[in-house]
Parts: sequence; structure tokens; C-alpha cells
Amino acid sequence: MIQIHDLHASVGGKEILRGISLEIGPGQVHALMGPNGSGKSTLAQVLAGHPGYEVTSGTVTYRGKDLLEMEPEERAQAGVFLAFQYPVEIPGVSNAYFLRSAYNEIRKARGESEADPLEFLDIVEGRLKLVDLDDSMLNRSVNAGFSGGEKKRNEILQLAVLDPLLAILDETDSGLDIDALRTVADGVNKLRRKDNAFLVVTHYQRLLNYIVPDRVHVLVDGRIARSGGKELALELEERGYDWVTAEQGVGGAALT
Amino acid sequence: MSTAFAEQFGTTRPEGPAWLAAVRERAMASFQAAGFPTTKNEDWHFTNPSPIAEATFEPMRPPRGGLTTDHLTPWLFGETAWPRLVFVNGRFSPALSRVDVIDGITVMSLAVALREEPSLLERHLTRQADTEDPAQVFAAINTALMHDGAVIHVQKGVSAKAPIHLLFLSDADAAGGSSQPRVLIVAEPGSQATVIEQYAAVGGSRYLTNAVTEAWVGDGATLNHFRLQQEARDAFHVGTTVVRQERDSHFVSFSFATGADLSRINVYAGLHGPGCGATLNGLYMLGGSQHCDHQTRIVHFEPNCYSRELYKGVLDDASHGVFNGKVYVHPAAQKTDGKQTNNTLLLSERARIDTKPQLEIFADDVKCTHGATVGRIDETALFYMKSRGIPNNEARKLLTYAFAAEVLETIPIDALREGLERLTLERFTGTVNS
Repeated sequence: MIQIHDLHASVGGKEILRGISLEIGPGQVHALMGPNGSGKSTLAQVLAGHPGYEVTSGTVTYRGKDLLEMEPEERAQAGVFLAFQYPVEIPGVSNAYFLRSAYNEIRKARGESEADPLEFLDIVEGRLKLVDLDDSMLNRSVNAGFSGGEKKRNEILQLAVLDPLLAILDETDSGLDIDALRTVADGVNKLRRKDNAFLVVTHYQRLLNYIVPDRVHVLVDGRIARSGGKELALELEERGYDWVTAEQGVGGAALT
Repeated sequence: MSTAFAEQFGTTRPEGPAWLAAVRERAMASFQAAGFPTTKNEDWHFTNPSPIAEATFEPMRPPRGGLTTDHLTPWLFGETAWPRLVFVNGRFSPALSRVDVIDGITVMSLAVALREEPSLLERHLTRQADTEDPAQVFAAINTALMHDGAVIHVQKGVSAKAPIHLLFLSDADAAGGSSQPRVLIVAEPGSQATVIEQYAAVGGSRYLTNAVTEAWVGDGATLNHFRLQQEARDAFHVGTTVVRQERDSHFVSFSFATGADLSRINVYAGLHGPGCGATLNGLYMLGGSQHCDHQTRIVHFEPNCYSRELYKGVLDDASHGVFNGKVYVHPAAQKTDGKQTNNTLLLSERARIDTKPQLEIFADDVKCTHGATVGRIDETALFYMKSRGIPNNEARKLLTYAFAAEVLETIPIDALREGLERLTLERFTGTVNS
């Protein structure tokens, strides 16, 4: 699905990603963990095409194509989805209009016909249940005045509607209480298929109790310090990140 | 430069009662004494009226006819049943209008009202608009030369069920002419009414509309006033709305402005009794070399009143917007709650906004805030939309629409709000929201 090779990226001249290599295959769920400031969110943003980050070297191949050459909207149309850590409020644009525009752009890119408002409503209704959101949210402005939990569930709703091949969840668990966390995780689990893949970025292990990963990677100071199976997440939960950083000899500076 | 209007006054002196003739004389005299303002006048600092001053406008020619109700369709918001007065080139058109008898509400043309409602007019007409201030010479010109317009009188305790639509059209015969429409709204105590005052063109060009609206809102009455300036792109428009509010009354104003080459819109609300509320909102969207200046003034004379103001602008190309909003709180107006905001979105490097929100507070126990922002498209929101597959251009247009839609959402009349939302969306995206 995606091959990341020796990826370096910086923001404002400061290098954040310092040589990341990672490969995710169809049907897989990978977890990306690490202390604050290790570069987890930067990787997520770089994969989505955020213009604030400069890729200085390395390659990212997505389904045989050079992902880094693609505009953010082209990546989305090709099936890449980023669930934002901080979903953006857009007062004045209704969720319904926003979601339908996105849905139809992706359909167009796939050579499929666009859905009219009524057809689209049918599609959304089913997805709303998945994340336990009320259909009254469709008439509200995108994320405007939403609680933290509602914003995160709205991200998963978008994911469910847009049906990407590669979904990147950037700290979707942060700020969620345990019920909301379970709802979000259940939603994601129902969307798992043989032909799609997930990269779950998280600081804590608890989300991985519900979304069980095939592989876990620990990012420290812009590099993958350690990879392993799902048991690695439990080990991190127990021992913290310090032992990984100590083992790598990269020091605690990256923790700030 | 001011001779054309003076000559018009000398040769075509409009009819009317003796008291009005005296008022007209004084208004013309104060205009002639002051002449047109220059940018040295503080109230005209950002708007140079010399293109109007230097043009010689003839009195607007009457239409040769030919306009039918079909021509009105674009301006009716799909609401053919609303009572409406239609004016073409400044003259009332009975054939295009639709005024059924409404219980408790008088809706008639000014020319008719001068004959049939002399005492109402003597009480209210020319009582609100200042014609002495050198900054207000356009109101003085209107007062001196007005001959037609609309009079709306809502009786005590009566609630108008539908909005009353005043449509001022300029057709091809308007070219090079000036019209002086005058509107008088009297909302007696406890009454409620909504008035839509719309200025638009059906083929007119290079004309001047110089309009004045006066309103008196009695104790406990509510007046909603929607003003739409959709003149021809090369026309000139000056409009002044002056409202006097009595105790516990509410005035809600909305100014939508997309037309004219040069326009100046004044909205003045005086809160003369305790417990009043005034809401002044607006949206201006300009392109090309358009210039549009909004000047608002909210004067709190009495305690326990509130005022809210939100003006938004979207400026493209080399257009120039001006917002000059003043909130004035007199010493007696304790517990005043005022909020004033002006936000402008610049879509082009060459577009320009001059914004001047002002508070002048002479009472010590008040809560007043004001603020202005000028910005460009929010890059974070833009990336968010693109990351969902929406192309750059579409996302920009949608965000521009969203910026404008925030203030349109305040319009409580569905057909009007949806009509203006559709116009705005089409302007930025060429598609229709649903």
C-alpha cells in the first residue's frame, strides 16, 4: 500500500523527521507511538501533504505512485485520509455540504457518478450510526461549536463516508473519555477490510486495546527507534518511553 | 458643481404642503452653503464624492414603459405574494406594484400620501434626517428634491404578516439621471413590521440614486429593515437611513451591497428610550474598481439598551471598502451593552479596506466592545478541505462563501436569506448550495 523510505522533513529549517522507513501493506493496521515532539504528527501531516513541511529527502510510494508529487486533494482523491489531531472549524459551511463535496470529488476522481443530496443523505445516515452522531449535526457548520469528542467522531464519520484505502489517525484518542474512545475504535474496526490499511498515531497504549495493531513502531527524535508486534505497545505502557530512548542513545532532548 | 441640483430645484419645484416647501428651501440653502464634502470632512475621509459632484445629473427621465412583471422576477425572492411597491426611475409604478388592503397597515406612494395623509407626513416626514450638517448634503438634496417614494404606516399593536417589499428599479432611460427616492416608515407602539428596500437596475447605466429613509419606531415596536444595494455596476448610489427608536423598541437593519461603482450607505440609529435594542448587520462584496463606504452611527441616549453590529466585507480585484462605525454612549445611558465588529476578507493584493470602528462612551457603567479584522483565506481550513479531496479553487471559493454566509445567517426571513445565500454562492462558486 505505502512504502516510506528514508524520509527527512523539516519545518522552518528545523529537521523533524530524520530518516523514516516504513512499509504498510493492505489489510494491515500499524501503530506509530512515541513521546511528545518525536515527529509522529509531522509524519501524519507530511503524508497528507501539509504545505508547512518541507520534505528534504527520501521517497514515499503510494500504490506505485510518488505520493510526494501529489497535491493534498489528489492524495485524498487517490484514497489517502488523515483524521486530524485538531479538526478545523469552518463556520458557514454545513457538514452536509462539506461532506458531499468531498464525497463527490472523490467519486469523480474514481470515474464514478456524483451523488445528489438525497442519495448522499442515504449514504450518510448509515454512517452516522457507526459513530453515534445525530443527523442534526449535518446542518451545523463543520466542527463549529463541537465538543472535543464530537470533533473526533466527526473525523471518523468523514473517514467512514469517504472510504479511503489508507487512513491515518493522528492522536484521534487524545481528549476522548473511555466511552467515546470505544465508539471511535468500534467505528474504525468496522471499517477494516482486506484492501485498506490504517496508520494509528498515538501517544498512549489504551487505544490499541480496542484497535489491535499488526505492527507497532516507536518514533524517537524523528527516527523509528524500535518496531515490533502488538506486545511492544504493552511494554511501552509499562516501562514508558525512556528505556527506548536510552537504548537508542538519542537522549531526552527530543522529549521537550 | 452644485448648480445642477440647484437649477433643478429652481425649475421643477416639487408639489407639497407649505410646511414642506419651507423645509425644502432650508435644505437646499444648506446644501448650497456647504457644497459637496471633500475628503477633508472627517465623515468623508475615505470616500471622495467628486465623481458625483463633477457629473451633471439631469432629473431622471420617466421610463418609456415596457417593463412588465416578468422583469421583476429576479428581484422577488420567489415571493410574488408579498405586498410590494415598485418604482421605475424614481416614479411609482402602480402597474408593477401589488398592494392589497392590509388591515392596520397603510402602504402607499409618497406622492399619494402627500395628498391623502397630510397630518401623518407633517408629524414624521423630514423629522429624522439631518439636513444641516455639511456631511449630510446628500440628505439635504433629497429633502429639497424628493417627489416620490414610499410611506408605510403600521397602526398600534399591528403585526405585519409578510415583509413589505419596496423595489426601486432604474431602466435604460435612467442613464445620466438622478432620482431622489424617499421612504417614510412609521411603526406605532407595539407594532411589528419588516421592510425590504431594494435598489436594482434593469438596463440602467451611469445614473445616481440618492435615497433617504426615515423611520420612527414607537414604544415596544419592532422594525426589521433590509436594504439591498444591487445597482448597475457603473451607477452611483448614496443612501441614508435614519431611525428614531422609542422605549423598549427594536430595530434590526441589514445592508447588503454588491452594486454601483461608487456607493455610500449611512445607517443611523438613535435609541431615545430605555430598554431598546438595535442590531445593525451588513455584507458588502465588491470587485473590479468598485468603492463602497458604510457609515453607521448608533447613539445610546437612555439606559439599559443594547446594540449589536456585524459588518463583513469580501473585496476582490482593486475594489475599495470602507467601514466607519460609531457607537456613542451618552452620560445617562448606563448599563449600555454594545458590541461592534467589522471583518473583511481580501481576495486580491490590490483590494483595500479602511475600517474605523469607534466607541465614544460618556457613561461609566457600560459594557462595550469593538473590533475589526482584515484577513485572507484561512490556510489551515484550506488544507483541511483539500485533505478531504476538495480542489484548491473550490475550497477557496467555499471558504469565501462561508465567510460571507455567517452574517447572512442572521436574516430571519427564509426566502430572503436563501435568495441572498444563493446569490453569494453563485458569485463565488457558480453552484447552488442545498
